[in-house]
Amino acid sequence: MLEIVQNNWTLLLVGQYPAGPLGGIVATLLLAIAGLALAFPFAILLAVARLSPYRWVNWPATAVVNIVRGMPFLMVIFWSYFALPILIGRPLSGFWTLVGALVLYESAYLAEIIRAGIQALPRGQEEAARSLGFGYFRTLTFVILPQALYNSLPALIGQFVSLIKETSLGYVISVNEFTYAASQLNSQLLVRPVEVFSILAITYFIVCFALTQSARWVEQRIARTRQGKSSGMQIQTNPLATEPMP
Amino acid sequence: MGYEFDFSSVLTDQYIDWLISGVRITLLLTAGAWIIAFVIAVVLAVLRATNFRPAVWLVAVFVEVHQNIPLLVQVLFWYFAMPELLPEAWRDWLVRNNSEFILAMIAIAMCTAAYMSEALRSGLRAVPVTQYEAGRSFGFNYLQTMSYIVVPQALRLSVPPMVNHSLLLFKNTSIAMAIGVHELTYQTRQIDSDTFRTFEVFLVATGLYLVLSFIIMFVGNLIERRFSMGTR
Repeated sequence: MLEIVQNNWTLLLVGQYPAGPLGGIVATLLLAIAGLALAFPFAILLAVARLSPYRWVNWPATAVVNIVRGMPFLMVIFWSYFALPILIGRPLSGFWTLVGALVLYESAYLAEIIRAGIQALPRGQEEAARSLGFGYFRTLTFVILPQALYNSLPALIGQFVSLIKETSLGYVISVNEFTYAASQLNSQLLVRPVEVFSILAITYFIVCFALTQSARWVEQRIARTRQGKSSGMQIQTNPLATEPMP
Repeated sequence: MGYEFDFSSVLTDQYIDWLISGVRITLLLTAGAWIIAFVIAVVLAVLRATNFRPAVWLVAVFVEVHQNIPLLVQVLFWYFAMPELLPEAWRDWLVRNNSEFILAMIAIAMCTAAYMSEALRSGLRAVPVTQYEAGRSFGFNYLQTMSYIVVPQALRLSVPPMVNHSLLLFKNTSIAMAIGVHELTYQTRQIDSDTFRTFEVFLVATGLYLVLSFIIMFVGNLIERRFSMGTR
């Protein structure tokens, strides 16, 4: 197994990069990062729209989220593959086709995470900001979102792991990424599928496991910080009490 | 866009037959994998609750391995690598008995089992210890306490995540097309390359997936409402 890695590590790491398109595990990570970064703004918009009290805002957002949640990711990939080039009027590389599919699919899932983060905040946060004279948008951007996003950081890292795993489906439309590189290697070597697919699985495992563990660590840290904060708040609020305690 | 939609060339008798057989395989795959996954998940959750170190550790490894490797890679591993590791006779049996379908079903079931066992475990942990203590102090033994008091509550608590994972399982069956299982996504591509009516056939297939997903979501909601304990 080691000797396969030694002989083909460039293919597995970067694909045919200097000579051809970027591939391998580097492309997988870049795909996941690009997908997450580009899906994020849409996800925030969707989450905020879903929490809107106006039906004509929250109803379409809810519909989008539910439709995307009801579709297999492969279907989204095929839609991106056929429809995106027509929509933007020029051919698209496999890389950006897959990023397009990831953005569409992940916007819905990230939106649900962010929405849960917003809903988990105490209502007092919004009320306090509004009574200090902040408008709706300033309350959202300066008070609600910073806290909601910080609190949902572990879930967001978890979703990043999902993105990494989902990029493997680019294999079906021959996007140059890690799974595709391994399948190329498998058809080159022909008789050593056990080794090749073990290398593939182990590498994914190392990357994803490291990330899920870090998500757990962040989660504990956040839990500790919040505990500290809430006890600090109690100390601050007591001197402000004007009513004498019974 | 000057694209003229023409559903009639996609919805001929032949292609409708293909779509129906695709839906049938998708549903068979979903049902088979769900049953296997549920059984394995229950076994895993029970093993993990035993507090017997090696068992707990083994379950943890199983769960982490299946959660941190893409399902497609697991499916490819089962399809390309696993038969090499099996005895000759098993391999022959697989080849004669539609190996793609069976291996895809096992791969999807194993992966889903890992997630479901976590759902069951968090349900078990969410039942307060006092429930167990109360059961014991009423004179129930360990098995009685577990089966009459703790497990029923734990199952109720884990209904929402179980519904979620069932939906994901259904959607993930589309991955089986990568190894040539003739399920809905595979048939859709076949009709597409036969007719070149890409948008029509993918609209139909997406519609079918959405209808089936919404049915699962709806039934899931019913079950959740039926079994919810109310907030306390």
